[in-house]
Amino acid sequence: MDLMLNQFLFLGAILFCIGVYGVLARRNAVMVLMSIELILNSVNINLVAFSTMWGVASGAVFALFVIAVAAAEVGVGLALVLMLYRNMRSIDVDRVDLMKG
Amino acid sequence: MGVQIVVFAVCAIVALLGALGVVFARNPVHSALGLVATLFAIAVLFVNQNAQFLGVVQVIVYTGAIVVLILFVIMLLGVDTDEDLDTEPLLGQRWAAVIVALLLIGGIAGIFFVEGRGEAVTGQVAALAPIVPGIPSTDAQGNPTTAAGVDTFVRALPAEQQQAIGEQNITQIGEHLFTDYVFAFMITAALLTIAVIGAVLMARRPKRYEPMPELEDTSYEDVDELSTTGEVTG
Repeated sequence: MDLMLNQFLFLGAILFCIGVYGVLARRNAVMVLMSIELILNSVNINLVAFSTMWGVASGAVFALFVIAVAAAEVGVGLALVLMLYRNMRSIDVDRVDLMKG
Repeated sequence: MGVQIVVFAVCAIVALLGALGVVFARNPVHSALGLVATLFAIAVLFVNQNAQFLGVVQVIVYTGAIVVLILFVIMLLGVDTDEDLDTEPLLGQRWAAVIVALLLIGGIAGIFFVEGRGEAVTGQVAALAPIVPGIPSTDAQGNPTTAAGVDTFVRALPAEQQQAIGEQNITQIGEHLFTDYVFAFMITAALLTIAVIGAVLMARRPKRYEPMPELEDTSYEDVDELSTTGEVTG
């Protein structure tokens, strides 16, 4: 049985870093949410790779939970973005500095 | 095995290109399409790794629900205009992001390629082998009662039977989900319910002049004043 564990982990790491860059660098709130989806997917890749290597379904179950949490997160996040746009007429996250000291 | 590697290479390239598209596209709609490409490639990777159920769930939940939700919000807000990427409100923000991402990838690549080309990772996993599988729990007839018991039971079978059982991916996931992780399953159900209620409450447009009209009006004035002053100073 050929274990391609390292390749999968490396792919997940690169996707994670791209997602981190997106979260840090983009100012559109919807883009930030999409980058967070990238990060969660890289975690899923790792979980499924380990699950396949062990031949145990626990990692797949964890990935399932991650997908459920991602769905909840994107629902609440998009509701927040809608509210932000209604109040500020903009979804630029750098302009939401009402709590800045 | 050869097919697996070819599929992995193609899907990894598609996923990486889609992810770069998500991060670097100026139009949010193009970003969402890049996200679709990435998620679909990852679903193919799941199927390639014999996790068919997860691949299907990935396509249905991510591509079918989440990306469509994101596209709906982009359409509703009318923000599908190009983001102004040339001005930086926070000085050096993008370069700082590039440096953080490169540091992360450098650290991980260091673990992979400096520490004996990945031997460290697999070596640690092999060292963990006697610890992780857990206590085999079987009843008096020797039948497995928990998912950990099922795993031990499956591991003891001959290779061809093990292969046949390993392909029953959904059965295994269901056994784990409703024996070992049933508490987490219920908590996830509660989380989804709370998230739906919260999203509805937040996205609901309040009736004008109904709940607290003067408070709402003053908040709008405050926001306008702050945003204009912010533009003046920024």
